[in-house]
Amino acid sequence: MRVPLSWLREYVDLPATETGRDVQAALISSGLEVETVEQLGEGLKGPLVVGQVLTIEELEGFKKPIRFCTVDVGTANGTGEPQEIVCGARNFAVGDKVVVVLPGAVLPGDFSISARKTYGKTSHGMICSTDELGMGDDGTHGIIVLPPETEVGRDAIELLELVDEVLDIAVTANRGDCLSIRGVAREAAIAYGLPLRDPALLDVPAPNAFGYPVRVTEPLGCDRFTARTVTGIGPEARSPMWLTRRLQKVGIRPISLAVDVTNYVMTELGQPLHAYDRSLVRGTLGVRRAAGGEKLVTLDGVERTLHTDDLVITDERGPIGLAGVMGGAETEIADHDDTEKTTTGVVIEAAHFDAVSIARTARRHKLSTEASRRFERGVDPRAGAAAAQRTVDLLVLLAGGTAESGVTEVVAPAAPHTVTLPADHPDRVAGVTYGRETVVRRLQEIGCDVSGQDELTVTVPSWRPDLAAPNDLAEEVIRLEGYENLPATLPKPPSGRGLTARQRLHRRVGRALAGAGFVEAPAYPFLAEQVFDQLGLAQDDPARRVVKLTNPLNDEEPALRTTLLPGLLAALRRNDGRGSHDLALFETGLVFLPRAEYRAAVRLPVDRRPSGEEIAVLDSALPEQPRHVAAVLAGAREQAGWWGRGRPADWADAVEAARTVAAAAGAELLVRKGQYGPWHPGRCAELVVVADGAERVVGHAGELHPRVVKSLGLPERTCAMELDLDALAAVGNDTPQAPGISAFPVATQDVALVVDHPVPAADVEAALRAGAGELLESIRLFDVYENAEQLGAGRKSLAYALRFRAPDRTLTVDEASAARDAAVALAGERTGATLRA
Amino acid sequence: MSAPNKSYDPVEVEALKPEEIERMRDEAFAAFAAADSLDALHEAKVAHTGPASPLSLANREIGALPPHAKADAGKRVGMARGAVSKALTARQAELEAERDTRVLVEEDVDVTLPYDRVPAGARHPLTTLSERIEDVFVAMGYEVAEGPEVEAEWFNFDALNIGPDHPARGEADTFFVDGGSGGTESGVVLRTHTSPVQIRSLLSRELPVYVICPGRVYRTDELDATHTPVFHQVELLAVDEGLTMADLKGTLDHMVRSLFGAGMETRLRPNFFPFTEPSAEMDMVCYVCRGESVGNPDRPCRTCSSEGWIELGGCGMVNPRVLAACGVDPEKYSGFAFGFGIERMLMFRHNVEDMRDMVEGDIRFTRPFGMEI
Repeated sequence: MRVPLSWLREYVDLPATETGRDVQAALISSGLEVETVEQLGEGLKGPLVVGQVLTIEELEGFKKPIRFCTVDVGTANGTGEPQEIVCGARNFAVGDKVVVVLPGAVLPGDFSISARKTYGKTSHGMICSTDELGMGDDGTHGIIVLPPETEVGRDAIELLELVDEVLDIAVTANRGDCLSIRGVAREAAIAYGLPLRDPALLDVPAPNAFGYPVRVTEPLGCDRFTARTVTGIGPEARSPMWLTRRLQKVGIRPISLAVDVTNYVMTELGQPLHAYDRSLVRGTLGVRRAAGGEKLVTLDGVERTLHTDDLVITDERGPIGLAGVMGGAETEIADHDDTEKTTTGVVIEAAHFDAVSIARTARRHKLSTEASRRFERGVDPRAGAAAAQRTVDLLVLLAGGTAESGVTEVVAPAAPHTVTLPADHPDRVAGVTYGRETVVRRLQEIGCDVSGQDELTVTVPSWRPDLAAPNDLAEEVIRLEGYENLPATLPKPPSGRGLTARQRLHRRVGRALAGAGFVEAPAYPFLAEQVFDQLGLAQDDPARRVVKLTNPLNDEEPALRTTLLPGLLAALRRNDGRGSHDLALFETGLVFLPRAEYRAAVRLPVDRRPSGEEIAVLDSALPEQPRHVAAVLAGAREQAGWWGRGRPADWADAVEAARTVAAAAGAELLVRKGQYGPWHPGRCAELVVVADGAERVVGHAGELHPRVVKSLGLPERTCAMELDLDALAAVGNDTPQAPGISAFPVATQDVALVVDHPVPAADVEAALRAGAGELLESIRLFDVYENAEQLGAGRKSLAYALRFRAPDRTLTVDEASAARDAAVALAGERTGATLRA
Repeated sequence: MSAPNKSYDPVEVEALKPEEIERMRDEAFAAFAAADSLDALHEAKVAHTGPASPLSLANREIGALPPHAKADAGKRVGMARGAVSKALTARQAELEAERDTRVLVEEDVDVTLPYDRVPAGARHPLTTLSERIEDVFVAMGYEVAEGPEVEAEWFNFDALNIGPDHPARGEADTFFVDGGSGGTESGVVLRTHTSPVQIRSLLSRELPVYVICPGRVYRTDELDATHTPVFHQVELLAVDEGLTMADLKGTLDHMVRSLFGAGMETRLRPNFFPFTEPSAEMDMVCYVCRGESVGNPDRPCRTCSSEGWIELGGCGMVNPRVLAACGVDPEKYSGFAFGFGIERMLMFRHNVEDMRDMVEGDIRFTRPFGMEI
């Protein structure tokens, strides 16, 4: 809502020294979000005067038409001689009154005017357009042509009210009353402790039976309807300068006198109005819900198919307006420029419509208008009669019209709204003792009637439908007493239990991966489904079942992720493209898995606590949203440098990242050979946990499939891992147990075992562990060796260092050897391993 | 008294004359001094202190002396041998020190060589800043609550007093989840704020409830320098008997002091949110200029645009209707809540100039933030 300070001052006698900034601060403090104060005409300096065009000489031979004019500016130029001015615009004629800026003046934007040679002539100033004067759009984009009665030589800065300050206020959804100068003026009056001259306090004639006939058949949607008629409007009547200027300043384009007047009154009082061309309305005006399939062409020229919930204004032919939103084209007031039609009589509608109904209609037709915005947020139902009267007055005054004596008012009776609250309720909300007297005074200031002692009965003013509950009233008292005066105290929460195990795990996983050199790169969860093809997922892969958005930001990416890889790989590619080639990235985040059976989420009531069962049903409409962790690598894992060679990232780094996560989770992770879409079939580890005695695959790790690398444009040999972190957490133990530490000497035994190539090292190690028994302290694979000549084709040698130790004694060589032999024997039995010769 | 020494041999006893012993000692001194390496010293040691050295041989002759001369000679030889041994030790130490110095010089390295064999990783600053904020409140006794990102409209809107026709619902720039082929409404959205976690907390926890709810939220804004469709919020909810707006103000002040240092404070400005009543916009003193840039064109402040205050987010007293929807008796309990965006705080706390830097995953942006913030 744009509020010119000059307009505001009409209703509140703000001290003359108060600047727009001062008023801004006062209004912000009492609760209006004044975002900016626009300084109109900042830096503007005259002489800027009214002139009359005397002669126009068309100059020839230039690329565009140029006019050399003489203009009578009275004595403003000091000589009284005609002023010679070169002008490139054409929308004026000899005899027109125009705005002339003379040498020595400065226009907005620090534009200094001086006499200068141009197009072979000397131009002593300029004939001005609205743009050059910073006046805003009047739809012409040309020279301002003033009404003929304007006095030559008059100061145009004053005439056009070019210097002003405009407050731009972001009005919150509850304060429809502040979508008017009247409402903002009331707030300013309260903030400054000054009286308000309420522009809605007008003498309004009593309704009678001979006004324009109106029939409201939908009183729930329209509880008030005032109709007035003005006839005899002069077809040449134009909006006066003060009116168009005010509309421009609040950001409304002047159109025609009748429309400008309704817009002006709406801005002033907050009551949307509509003016119908009297000669185009047939019979009784009606208010009803639309019938199914009815159509209406609105003022914007769009034909709209109406919904049976839409409120419409009708005449005997059918709908002629979308009530409270936009009028119809059929009964539109004629434009001045349209010479074939003229409007000489209008019927003025000032009605009050149901906020929810208007909101739904505006949303349904994607049509947000000045009227609908106000009705949605609440319009003063008692302002209609005054607004109609004000409109009539202005049309009579400015258009030479005649007010017909008929006054129609259809009113659905409604009791004033009251709220009861304990007198100390605001004190208890604020934590401040205001006292009853202050509470009552503040409530009266905003227009409430207050009665009662300890328990107050508050009748809220008609323009504040948002005041419906005790806390609403408490807020009024507290904001007027000043939020800045609230003390600061600290509540005493009960002792908390700290982070949950799951929360601690998320932090631990992040730290572990970052500690291992990975950089966290969280991605948007939006996917294009074709990425599943690029990832090489089978057609029946469950990851292809996605949750989709109806209104994605990017139509190409309507799906929510079921895997973290696409986002993380995109970040990898982006980094690589920007010149960072050695990359290790990770993300932990939710993935979204549709339930086996779709169901829509129900709307539970809000007036009571829903039952556990209701909540469970509601939750079952949501997808499952487990937390995953993923890591990707490319380029060098270890850099080359003065210390020696580097090492490229490979499948083992991806598997190691998975082990790092599992270790952080305290979960035992089984790693075995696997095959899954995105990964290289020979370099893919399947990651498994045992939960409740059953194995469960929780992820994969390894080098990506060369096809995936190619189709996603990734660096060669990009590696990746992804794990279901929640599944890992479920089997994890975050309370590690301390091992017994023996101070007796260690006995080390190395063994090299030869096995067939496909035998997994993990199996050999597991067998060695099992066979070695309790004396085994640790086992470490320190070499893998393949040599067909020495070992035979398809064989490999695995060299292990076994460390034995007893808790209570020094082991003898025989004991250690016996344990080793047992280990080797079991490995032989389970995996066919033989000691290397 | 012992008997006369029959084997007395005047020739051999020549070696025990005082001047002879002095000579042997001085020769040893000279040999040690002349030794210029530990190896040479070792040779000199063998020659002058070994079993075949002159002093050792002389020592052996003492027994041949007449009894009255034995003590004298013994003393002389002993002193000489002691002096030689001491000289040897001193020279040994000297040479070892020389050797050590030389070797250590040879082992000199250029300690300015860079070492980035495995460059350090880092956690995203949005993660760590969120944790930092959580920790402030966990220390006060609050617990961290979480909830789903794909959320039922009832949790995201209705229970928060944002009914289907509430203007705020239309303004929320919501992503809607597709209801399937029938074109029906799913009633499911990407949560537009972390407030649904407040509802879930009130429904699932015993009163009083003191929780902090961090998380990712979604709105249909295009990504640009100051907007991102996916961002992070932290919300706080306290519901207890007798909580007031003064408690809200004190809690906010405590938070900004914990995060930005002593002397910080917040300011409340009236505003409107459906889920709180009264509602307020909250600002904090600009932690950079502390308000000194206001009206002071010589010292402009980029962080607060010389406003002196930085906008944080929204807050207020929990609307009694919200409490009622969660089965909490508004007559008995009251509560306060606030919420703000982590991205914004990261921007002004760490001079991030472009929102896109936070969402693109560029390692050059994230690395400097390390493990904690």
